[in-house]
Amino acid sequence: MTSAVPIPQKPVPQHLRHLLGIEPLTAEQIILILDQAKPFQEFQRHPLKKLATLRGKTVALAFFEPSTRTRISFATSAARLGADVMNLQAESSSLKKGESLIDTVWTLEAMKPDGIVIRHAASGAADFIARRVDIPVLNAGDGTHEHPTQALLDALTIRDRKGRLDALNVTILGDILHSRVARSNIHLLSKFGARITLCGPAMWVPRELECLAPNIQREPRIEKALAESDVVIVLRVQSERIHEPPISLDDYILRYQLTTERLRLAKPDAIVLHPGPMIRGLEIDPAVADGPQSCILEQVTNGLAIRMALLFQLVSGASPDAPHPAKENLA
Amino acid sequence: MILIRGGRILDPASGTDAAQDLLLDGPRIARTGPALSAPDAEILDATGLIVAPGFIDLHCHLREPGQEISETIETGTRAAARGGFTAVCCMPNTQPVNDNASVTRSIVERAAAAASVRVWPIGAVSVGSKGEALAEIAAMQDAGIVAVSDDGKPVATAKLMRQTMDYCRSLGLAVIDHCEDPSLAAGGVMREGPRSVRLGLKGIPAESESICVGRDVEIAALTGAHLHIAHLSSRVSLAHVRAAKKQGLAVTCEVTPHHFTLIDEDVIYDTRYKMNPPLASREDREALLAGLADGTVDAIGTDHAPHHPASKDVEFDRAPFGITGFETALALALSELVHTKKIPLMRLIELFTTGPAKVLGIERKIAAGETADLTIFSTNHKWTFRAKDSASKSQNTPFDNREFQGAPMATIVNGKLVWRRETATSA
Repeated sequence: MTSAVPIPQKPVPQHLRHLLGIEPLTAEQIILILDQAKPFQEFQRHPLKKLATLRGKTVALAFFEPSTRTRISFATSAARLGADVMNLQAESSSLKKGESLIDTVWTLEAMKPDGIVIRHAASGAADFIARRVDIPVLNAGDGTHEHPTQALLDALTIRDRKGRLDALNVTILGDILHSRVARSNIHLLSKFGARITLCGPAMWVPRELECLAPNIQREPRIEKALAESDVVIVLRVQSERIHEPPISLDDYILRYQLTTERLRLAKPDAIVLHPGPMIRGLEIDPAVADGPQSCILEQVTNGLAIRMALLFQLVSGASPDAPHPAKENLA
Repeated sequence: MILIRGGRILDPASGTDAAQDLLLDGPRIARTGPALSAPDAEILDATGLIVAPGFIDLHCHLREPGQEISETIETGTRAAARGGFTAVCCMPNTQPVNDNASVTRSIVERAAAAASVRVWPIGAVSVGSKGEALAEIAAMQDAGIVAVSDDGKPVATAKLMRQTMDYCRSLGLAVIDHCEDPSLAAGGVMREGPRSVRLGLKGIPAESESICVGRDVEIAALTGAHLHIAHLSSRVSLAHVRAAKKQGLAVTCEVTPHHFTLIDEDVIYDTRYKMNPPLASREDREALLAGLADGTVDAIGTDHAPHHPASKDVEFDRAPFGITGFETALALALSELVHTKKIPLMRLIELFTTGPAKVLGIERKIAAGETADLTIFSTNHKWTFRAKDSASKSQNTPFDNREFQGAPMATIVNGKLVWRRETATSA
């Protein structure tokens, strides 16, 4: 047991217990995550991508909604930290046999993982689970509520490209109402003083969104929404899922596709983000997706760095001022 | 014989507010007056307490027949007695639906055998509450229903509502409507607004309710029938009722304790905050408080809606709507309405007694010769409500562990003491 602990000169930021959303985080907590992700970014370029940091730990991936990239990103992040992964996918789970969400999660918990990553179609599912288990919960997307790791990897990407997170003009295009990516991005960037413009058909951009954070405006015309923009976040149009109400895809392309021509209305050094999977020629012009302003593949790589940083924070039990694992010896 | 001694009688029907004793003889009130004596009578000390006519709840779900895992007539009415209710009107959305006389009779018989308080069934408007053919309302009336409703759902169409109101006008029954436009409400789990957008939960716009209230008020004007709006929650709905009353239409409404206590901003990812109609906006709550004060609202109805934990302890989207309400109704009304000086105590009693009685076309008063249904309560007793100690089979309430000032203390039905609060002094 510890005896007298010396009082630190400056308060050490506390590691998170869970990551349920961006909204409850402070700017300092966000910066800590981004800073801890930095060495993991470099680490992805290392020829031997394996650490021993989480050796002997198990991370449960509970994906109750189809997902490829987020699941693979978490699984890879856990593996590169040396953790074992338990994989639950909705298609193969007992949910189809009528088991409740909490019973499924308690069953997983009984196999003694050290953390659980959850993706679920119901808003609040991660919060629901966090209040009922004793292990750290990482929200990998809950309904139309939040997708915090996406916003963090976007923030890392933006900070790298723009050199700062503060006071940016950010434009988000698409179905904001039904987007958890948009909500998490709005919460995160607002904490750094962003001026956020939401653009899309009015039914997808209700006025209540302006209450999410200060300095949010709605602009239905894409040309106006892009003016003075530093960062353009293009949301996916989910042809497989219902946007409410659905509008004609032709109409969407006509009014809201991010084309090279439209992107010229933003600042010359504006960057373009997309959470993927993207449909070329629908929400984004292929020339933009592949162009120099696009950060789409960097986002994917940064996803690993962010998720490694979060798994390290939440699952390792190490203190935040401990030496960074990516700077230690490789396994 | 029971002698209720030392209480303060508050009776909205006669306007009585006096320190008087009450002598009950069998099912009736024998005498009222100061310092009564009756050597043989059992004494009920009501010193410092209010003695009111028996409370009536116009809106509850007792879940029997069919969903006894959540509640039964026995457990539900025991909870009602603890809430000070002497009579409760149970909605017909049981399994099977109370849409015919034999279901009505089974409820009445079960209540006679097992209930702590009076159970007054409400019959379905339509067969199976499906919104198509009219149910056998007259036969149910003979079996004991006191009103009709397709509660849980609105009366499906304007045409069916017109037929129902025409018919019920001739039968002398009120038509109670759960007002909601299903096309606007579909898939929604809480009130649409900044909070639903923040939580990413699908919203139900306020207009879902008020559009239906508007429709119903117009049909009430067309038919001259008695329309009662269940669990009214929006400012615009209330304006419709206020305008209807001004026109002299027989339109009444009830408000639930949770709608005058909580708002949509209180909603968290906890299904104990999921009910229909959903918790409304701050402005709506202000309007309801004004309506409770100015007489536009006729009654407080609990919409006691027990759900077994297995069905409620799920994701917000998947949980059924509804919360329990009997045992906290009076305490919430005292805290939110009386202690805050929004309404006088007499008005509060009206909302629990003569108000609902009028909706049912009956009287409620304290006088010699009247049936001895009485609610005795304290305006200052301090207590904490604990759902796990509730008499209900279910515990789905956001008011668990809430501290209150004021509580029901004893409930008398038909001259019998059916419940009395255990306190340090009266044990």
